[in-house]
Amino acid sequence: MKDKKIRHLKGRGVSVPGNDIDTDRIIPARFLKEITFSRMGEYPFFDERFDSSGKEKDHPFNTNKGASFLIANDNFGCGSSREHAPQSLLRWGIQVILAESLAEIFAGNCAMIGLAAVTLSSDDIREIQAAVEADSSLELSLDLMTKTVLCQGKEYEVTIPEPRRQALTEGTWDSTALLLERLELSRSTAAALPYMSHFSS
Amino acid sequence: MAEKTLYNKVWDAHNVGLLPTGQNQILIGLHLVHEVTSPQAFDALREEGLSVAFPDRTFATCDHIVPTTSLQRPFDDGQAELMMEALEKNTKDFGITFYDPPSGKQGVVHIVGPETGLTQPGMTIACGDSHTSTHGAFGTLAFGIGTSQVRDVLATGCLTMDELKVRRIEVNGELSPGVTPKDVILYIINRLGVRGGLGFAYEYGGDVFDSMSMEGRMTVCNMSIEGGARIGYVNPDETTFAYLKGKEHSPEGDAWDRAVTWWKTLPSESDAQYDDVVRFDASEISPMVTWGITPAQSVAADENLPLLEGLDENRKKSYEEAYAHMKLTPGQKAVDLPVQVAFIGSCTNGRITDLRAAAEVVKGKKIDPGVRGIVVPGSIPVRLQAMEEGLDKIFEEAGFEWRQAGCSMCLAMNPDKLQGDEISASSSNRNFIGRQGSPNGRTLLMSPAMVAAAALAGHVQDIREIM
Ligand code: SF4
Repeated sequence: MKDKKIRHLKGRGVSVPGNDIDTDRIIPARFLKEITFSRMGEYPFFDERFDSSGKEKDHPFNTNKGASFLIANDNFGCGSSREHAPQSLLRWGIQVILAESLAEIFAGNCAMIGLAAVTLSSDDIREIQAAVEADSSLELSLDLMTKTVLCQGKEYEVTIPEPRRQALTEGTWDSTALLLERLELSRSTAAALPYMSHFSS
Repeated sequence: MAEKTLYNKVWDAHNVGLLPTGQNQILIGLHLVHEVTSPQAFDALREEGLSVAFPDRTFATCDHIVPTTSLQRPFDDGQAELMMEALEKNTKDFGITFYDPPSGKQGVVHIVGPETGLTQPGMTIACGDSHTSTHGAFGTLAFGIGTSQVRDVLATGCLTMDELKVRRIEVNGELSPGVTPKDVILYIINRLGVRGGLGFAYEYGGDVFDSMSMEGRMTVCNMSIEGGARIGYVNPDETTFAYLKGKEHSPEGDAWDRAVTWWKTLPSESDAQYDDVVRFDASEISPMVTWGITPAQSVAADENLPLLEGLDENRKKSYEEAYAHMKLTPGQKAVDLPVQVAFIGSCTNGRITDLRAAAEVVKGKKIDPGVRGIVVPGSIPVRLQAMEEGLDKIFEEAGFEWRQAGCSMCLAMNPDKLQGDEISASSSNRNFIGRQGSPNGRTLLMSPAMVAAAALAGHVQDIREIM
C-alpha cells in the first residue's frame, strides 16, 4: 500500500484572493452531475477561468498552472458541502491550502482526502500572497511536523487542529479502516440509544 | 466549555470514544442520502467489498437533479438519468429504503426527513448536504458532510469529528407583522456575518423561537450554515412533539410515551454554560432582502443599499465585488430592485406554510408580465397538500408555473436556470455568484411572501406596504 503519511510538502504557490469564496465558485453545480470524481481536475473555478465561448480568462489558475500551494483569505470553501470542491483542487494539483480561515465542512473534506489545509494570520497570508503574486516561480514548503511554512527564507507558523494534523502525518486520514475496526463498539453505543430500537422498551 | 447544553448531551450519548488520532468517533443515528453526493461513496464500498453498517438507519431520496416539469423516465438530461439509475442501483444493492417519486414521498431530503417523522429529537443526523442543519429544528445535531464522510457513515455508521463550541442566539420579544422566520435568520446572519459561526453550533432560543412553528424553526436552522455554523438547533418542546405525533416513523402507543419522556431530558439546562451568548430584540427585525453575493449582504426592505464610504478596506472590497456582479448601485432603494424571475421553493422555504404565505399574497392578482414565476413544492406530500387546498390554482391563475417537487432553481442542477444576467427574487438560501445556473445570474434572497410580492410588482416590495 502507498504511504499515506503527509509530513513535508513543497511546491509553487497560486494566490486566489478574496473572502468568502464559496464552493459554488470553486466548482459550479453543473459539474456535480458526474458519478465519479475522475474528471474534477478540469473544473476548478471554471466560470472564472473561462468565458462563455470557452476562452481562458485572466485567472490565477490559468496563469499559474503547476502550482500546488493555494493561498486564500477568509472563510475559504464556504457554502455547499460538495467534496467535489476539494477534489477538483486536489486533482488539478493543489496539495496545500494556506488560508486566513476555512469553512468547517470544507476543512473536514480536505482532511478526509489528504489535502493539507491550514490557517495562518491575516498578515502572514498577505505577505505570502504578495510574494507569490510578485514571483510565481517561488518555492514554498510546508512542514506539518513543526507546523511551519517556509517562503522566501522566512518561517511562518500555521494552525491546524491537532487530531487532523496527526491524521495527516500518520497517514490515517483515510478513516474508514480505523472506524471499521471499532464496529462492535459502535454497535454497543447504538444499543444504548433508545431511538435505535424505536423506543421499544 | 459548553456544559449541559443539548449539544453536549447528544454529543456524549453518541460518542463511541477517542480514536488513536485524538479525534472523536461519533455515531450517526440517521443517515440521509441523495443522488449527487453519494455515487462515489457507494463505489468506494464496492471497491473495498464493504456493506452498509446500519441499513435501517439509512434513507435515500432524489432532489437535486430531478426535473420539475415532468418526471417521465428516462429523464431528458442523460447525466441526470445516470445519477438516478446509480441511486436506484445503490439503494437496491445495499438494502436501503429509497423514497423515489413512485413512493409518493420524494422531495428535498431536508423536507422528507421531518415530514416522514424520521427526524426526531436527540439524534445525530448526517447527510452529504450542507443544509442538513435544517433537522436541528427538532433538537438534533444535524450537519452536512462530504462524500468521503458519506462513505464512512455508510460503511461504519460513524464519523471522526472534533467537538464544536456552542453559541446561544436569543431573540426575545415579539416579531412585527410581516416578519417571518426567513427574515429572522437573514437578520441574524447580517449581524453575526457569514463567518461568525465558524467553530460553533448555534442554539436558537428565546421568545421568538419558543413561539415559532416547526416549519419556521426549520427555515432558521436551515440557514445556520450560511452564517458559518455547521449545526443549528432549537431545544425540543411541546411544539416539536405535536409536530411529530402520528408521523409515519414516529413511535406509537407506549413507545410514544417513552420517546417523549426521553426527549424531555434533552433540552439545555437553565444553568447551562455556553461558549458565547448573543441577544437580539425581535422588534428590531424587519422583512429582509439580500442585495449582494453572500447571505449577509442584506438590508431591511424599507432601507437603501449600503454606501461604500466609511467601510474598512476589507469590507469595501467585498461590497465592490458584490455591486459589480449585481450591477446595483450603493444607496439605491431596496424596493427599487428589479425582479425578472420569482422562485418559490427549496429546503429553506418549500414547505406548505411557505406556499400558503405566498399564495395569500398573489391570490386574485397577476404577476408582472416581465416576471417568470415558478413554484416548486419541497416534496410530493407538500405538493399534494397544496393542491388539496387549491394553492396550485391560485398560483397558476396569478401566472406562476406549478411544478413537481425538487431542488430546482435553488442550485439549478436541473433545467430550471437563470438566463444571462437575469435577476431573481428567491425564497432559497444562497445568492452566491452562479448559484442559480447562470454565471452572470443575480439572486435576491427573501421570504416567500416577499418573493410573491416582488413577482406582482416586477420589483422588490416591502410586504408591510401591501398587507
Ligand atoms: S433545496 Fe437547495 S439548498 Fe436545499 S438541498 Fe436542494 S439544492 Fe441544497
